[in-house]
Amino acid sequence: MSDEAATPRWRIHGRRARRHTGFMLGAAIVALVAFMAVFAELLMPHDPYAQDLTRRLLPPIWDAAGTWTHPLGTDHLGRDYLSRLILGSRVSLTVGLLATLIAGIVGATLGLLGGYYGGRIDAVVMYVVATRLSLPGILTALALLAVVKGSLFAVTAVLGFLLWDRFALVVRSATQQVRAQDYIAGAVAVGTTESRILRRHVLPNILNPLIVVATLEMAAAILAEASLSFLGLGVPPPTASWGLLVSEGRSFMFFKPYLIVLPGALIILLVIAINALGDGLRDLASPIDSGDN
Amino acid sequence: MLRTVMSRLLVAVLVAVTVSAVGFSLLRLSGDLAAELAGEAATPAEIESARIKHGLDRPLPLQFLGWSRALAAGDLGRSLFTHEPVAEMILKRLPVTLQLAVYALIISIVIGIPLGMLAAMHPRTWIDRLSLVAAVLGQAVPSFWLALVLIVVFGVMLRWTPISGSDSWAHFILPTATLAASALPGLMRLTRSGMLEALSTDYVRTARAKGLAERTLMAVHALPNALLPVLALAAVQLGTLLGGSVIVESVFALDGIGLLAYRSILRGDFPVVQSILIFVALAYTLLTLLADIANAIIDPRIRLG
Repeated sequence: MSDEAATPRWRIHGRRARRHTGFMLGAAIVALVAFMAVFAELLMPHDPYAQDLTRRLLPPIWDAAGTWTHPLGTDHLGRDYLSRLILGSRVSLTVGLLATLIAGIVGATLGLLGGYYGGRIDAVVMYVVATRLSLPGILTALALLAVVKGSLFAVTAVLGFLLWDRFALVVRSATQQVRAQDYIAGAVAVGTTESRILRRHVLPNILNPLIVVATLEMAAAILAEASLSFLGLGVPPPTASWGLLVSEGRSFMFFKPYLIVLPGALIILLVIAINALGDGLRDLASPIDSGDN
Repeated sequence: MLRTVMSRLLVAVLVAVTVSAVGFSLLRLSGDLAAELAGEAATPAEIESARIKHGLDRPLPLQFLGWSRALAAGDLGRSLFTHEPVAEMILKRLPVTLQLAVYALIISIVIGIPLGMLAAMHPRTWIDRLSLVAAVLGQAVPSFWLALVLIVVFGVMLRWTPISGSDSWAHFILPTATLAASALPGLMRLTRSGMLEALSTDYVRTARAKGLAERTLMAVHALPNALLPVLALAAVQLGTLLGGSVIVESVFALDGIGLLAYRSILRGDFPVVQSILIFVALAYTLLTLLADIANAIIDPRIRLG
């Protein structure tokens, strides 16, 4: 404790973060996938959309007939499978980030309003949340996407407007706790405007739970996008989405199981990593004085 | 307690009405259903006649009023494709989905609760880690993918189970396992945290200090308190499973309301889609209400408060 008192806060945070295995592993994997998504054009050995019907379903490198030209072979249209897997990270991360952003804005606004003002406003917020919760997520998303026609934008928007419930609930209860603090009463007493109180005093204090929920929802959005695309109503072909790759590989899964195993494994890995990141952030956000654990 | 129950009931009724209205308007507001119904190559005149034929030209509140009135008489309209009454189509397939959801819930309870208890009783041991790994995996594995992997391994490589259809009980094994995997982690982790909390309370410590046998301590003092929220979650999970079965039913071609919903969505059969959407939403609302009431009856803090 004594040496920590002299060290700057960010250093302590950094040291604690480096000691947290789950956080570091999660962060490393997420960073790796993000790198894949951003620099896909540099990493892909071939054009992921170039079809070549004379080179359909070529075997991967671990097969006796495999070659390094296509390390993971080709799909049913002769497209390079490794390139499509790499590009798939872009859809997952884009939908995951943007849908979470939309959901976060909608949910945090509702939660702030309900938690800060209480009373009737809170009752209305809770009723809106209850209504949203009773709508079956995937089913509603499928029905909506069938009408508006699946696209990256549509999937992101639909998921953003379906996944805000946990944000609202967590922000609401965190705001209630902050609201009861003396410094809020003090700010009210000196005549601070409500919007300033919400922005300057409440929001910074509920940031930690907000970030943890954001990781949970990002994982949920990535899983949902994969499911919707697998069912044919998410991002449309020929886009390379991991869910879509599983759906395309399904007809060949008895002979070439890696066609569904690889994209599935990437989804699982990314979701676990994001969850580990969230758990780590929650642990690290607990007060420094409570010691390392 | 009566006040708690009454206010919950009121909210549930409000939510039920809203969710029906939302489910009804959602498909109508998100795009032009008439153009959808008339087909790809329809002329503007054909689209207009489809609009009038299906009553889509009337103001939305009037459409909803007419639909609600028919609903009160048990009439959900007819399928645009098979022309069967929608209510019959749903009722015919409901047993399959209900069986699937109930089996999956039972399996997650039978495995999840004991595993969660064991994890809480032996924290930081291999059993606790195992339960954590199971929970992490269960939350990260997409159910459509798990379904396919189970088909390849158990249906094709080992040939233990049938892989598609709904003719016999054996057809339910893989779908039930897939669905149970999604409900299990939540139940298990909640049991664990509830048990840990109960075990750290003063009354458990007092009972232990008095020399009460560990088994009695668990069964009489810790477990009932830990299970209260778990039962509430189980009721809610049943509602979630009803809606979540759409993926599992589509992969295994299990002929329940999930598969019906999926097929109807793909062919734009909106009377069927909206009815299933509203049906599942109402079932969820009812189950949450029942869980709330049961909690109010069991929990003395609410019962006497």
